Amino acid sequence: MTRTLIWLPLLLFLAFFGLFASGLLKPDDHLINSRLVGQPLPAFSLPAAASDRPALDSTEFATGKPRLLNIFASWCVPCAAEAPQLLALKQAGVEIDAIAIRDARPDVDRFLTRYGNPYTRIGLDARSTVQMALGSSGVPETFVVDGRGKILHQHIGDIRADDVPDILKIVKDAR
Amino acid sequence: MIAEAGLVALWLAAALAFLQLALAWFGLVGGKDELLEAMRPVAVTQGVLTGLSFLLLITLFVQSDMSVALVATNSHSMKPWLYKVAGTWGNHEGSMLLWVTVMGVAGGAVALFERALRRDTHMATLGAQAAISLGFYAFLLFASNPFARLETPPPDGQGLNPLLQDPGLAFHPPTLYVGYVGLSVAFSFAVGALLTRRVDAAFAKAMRPWVLAAWIMLTLGITAGSYWAYYELGWGGWWFWDPVENASLMPWLAATALLHSATVLATRDALRAWTIMLAVVAFSMSMVGTFLVRSGILTSVHAFAVDPQRGTFILGLLALYIGGALALFALRIGTVREGQQFELVSRETTLVINNLLLTVILGLVLIGTLYPLMTEAFGHKVSVGPPYFDRIVGPITLVLVMFMAAGPLTRWRKDRAKAVGTRMLVPAIVLVVAFVALGALAWGRMGILPFLGLTVAAAVAVGSVAPLWKRNLRRTPLFNWGMVIAHLGCAVSLAGMASDSAFTVEKLVAAKPGDTISTAGWTLHFDRIVPVAGDNWTALQGDMTVSRGNGAAVAIHPQSRFFTNPPTTTTEAALLTRWDGQLYVVLGQEAEQGRWQMRIWWKPFVTLIWLGGIMIALGGALALLGRERRGWVMKIRKRRAMA
Repeated sequence: MTRTLIWLPLLLFLAFFGLFASGLLKPDDHLINSRLVGQPLPAFSLPAAASDRPALDSTEFATGKPRLLNIFASWCVPCAAEAPQLLALKQAGVEIDAIAIRDARPDVDRFLTRYGNPYTRIGLDARSTVQMALGSSGVPETFVVDGRGKILHQHIGDIRADDVPDILKIVKDAR
Repeated sequence: MIAEAGLVALWLAAALAFLQLALAWFGLVGGKDELLEAMRPVAVTQGVLTGLSFLLLITLFVQSDMSVALVATNSHSMKPWLYKVAGTWGNHEGSMLLWVTVMGVAGGAVALFERALRRDTHMATLGAQAAISLGFYAFLLFASNPFARLETPPPDGQGLNPLLQDPGLAFHPPTLYVGYVGLSVAFSFAVGALLTRRVDAAFAKAMRPWVLAAWIMLTLGITAGSYWAYYELGWGGWWFWDPVENASLMPWLAATALLHSATVLATRDALRAWTIMLAVVAFSMSMVGTFLVRSGILTSVHAFAVDPQRGTFILGLLALYIGGALALFALRIGTVREGQQFELVSRETTLVINNLLLTVILGLVLIGTLYPLMTEAFGHKVSVGPPYFDRIVGPITLVLVMFMAAGPLTRWRKDRAKAVGTRMLVPAIVLVVAFVALGALAWGRMGILPFLGLTVAAAVAVGSVAPLWKRNLRRTPLFNWGMVIAHLGCAVSLAGMASDSAFTVEKLVAAKPGDTISTAGWTLHFDRIVPVAGDNWTALQGDMTVSRGNGAAVAIHPQSRFFTNPPTTTTEAALLTRWDGQLYVVLGQEAEQGRWQMRIWWKPFVTLIWLGGIMIALGGALALLGRERRGWVMKIRKRRAMA
């Protein structure tokens, strides 16, 4: 009894060691399965954030066609880095709407002139209230919403070039 | 030149650690005890060199030498002087250098001051300390060099995380590290005792002050960290069960158990194997905690230096040291004679129960902390939050503190159940009275856990001072006072925690300048919002006056601060401390129509949490002082008798 018992601490430690090693060796996935995935988009209605794009209302997402909802801000550096990928998605035929967080219309206009405008509609969320309701914690973030207003996927952080095919696939599957 | 000198000092220290290990090896294998005398200066010099290297790194930070990569990435020339110094350990490399420094200095202290330990065990202990240090020197020199230079120095640095730009940074990490790493001494003692097969009362007496010293610092470090998080994060909470907090709590739990089992071993020569095991576990928890935080396998608010490669290195060190020590334990402990037996009703039993409960809590915190890892291994990521910890750890802690009150009222070796009952009568009456009184007053208005917490705290407070009953207070030894104060501190802290969760009043408002808000007996007048500027930040400050009843109005100034390097916003809560609690006001974001979001908390007796923590540490300090003084007095008497 005691003979085996004295090896128990070492065995326990080896089990923990295995756990740690597996945790370390596993590639880190930054995909966070948001609780809102599978849920309908929360209802909101936002004023227009840019001079040449209409305002954004949550009802626009129930029009039968899947679309992206990009959360960005003109003051956000990764958002500028993400712009080419969004343009690429737009060219691939994906409709993109956006919410500008804590922004001002002249700033958004300047940002869009500079980095391109892939957006159909842009809503201004001056106090981050809609962002909070979406369970989004930062900019940029992108949601894939199906044709009935249900959130299919949440991408946290900027969309890199190698993320584009994945997102395209999710949108295509939803059609 | 300074950076190079620091690096040379580190390499020299590492070489000395190697020499120290070799001397221990030859001394033990060849049975040459006299080599201990050669090891002493080696260990002391090593301590001095690590200290020097650390001072040189501080100098680089103070001079804002941007040619050093670490300074460039973590400092900024505009930073206030205090944060330049404290910034030295506000990053991975610097904090690892602090780790190695504490380890080196602690090893030097053991070489210099330890005189009670048998010579062969002392040698083995210093050898073990050198072996652990070598691993961390390697980690520092090969994987985390704090002195690395940049080929093209930037014009200025990237600055320090603004959350860390607080006087708390100057105090909390160093104390915590002294405690954390100080436990390495206990680990080395245990390894030394196992290697030389000397596990007895004399060994426990020699080890106890070192454990106590580390434990005092750990207690202070955790208390300071908790208060820092409380006022700096602006969330109103004082403990978040974050992996890093748990990483500091787990060694503390193990060290607390170790202190008590070492006392049993020192006084009654019982619990030999168990004490050794706890000494190994305590420092192992420090290392596991460091690994969890630095490898980034758990997500934490403290994750400031996540790097899987470094994680692999630390994991290797874990396997070597913890695995090695546990294997040594399994191989050797069978040859250690069983210690003294004791009766069921005895202080030993209460201390065994205390140890078991502490170990259970330690295990539960460990499982809760690692839970995301475990579930991830089975495919999905789930983490357990405060609800798990509060519900699981809370009740066991209540049982634990009740036994804590019972222990000192029970005699060593053998006691009569009836006599113990008589001594516990008063605390028991207090328990019942508090339960009934509080129940009548506030039943249904607070959770069951805070309710029981307050009840138990009252009884345990009385029980803690009961050992002084009918004693001549002036002749009571200092270490008994220490125990009483530390135990009372636990009751005080518990009362603060329970009171905070039972009675806190929270109010969320959107107010505009000129508004008056009333909550929990306080009247707050929101005068205006003014911009203010500091050394390296600007802020919007709310000027408010608060008053209670007909009392005088006091001005408070919560801020929302904006730092430019790196760009971040922090909330600076306004805290108003009164004897019966704290008013905690946070200025939030601007809402529509010139209104500002504000959070106001009135937290009755919340300060008791940290007062209790300080009392626990003070009790430890008195116990340490008392025992050491008794040692000196006995030594002087002996010398006089010989003369």
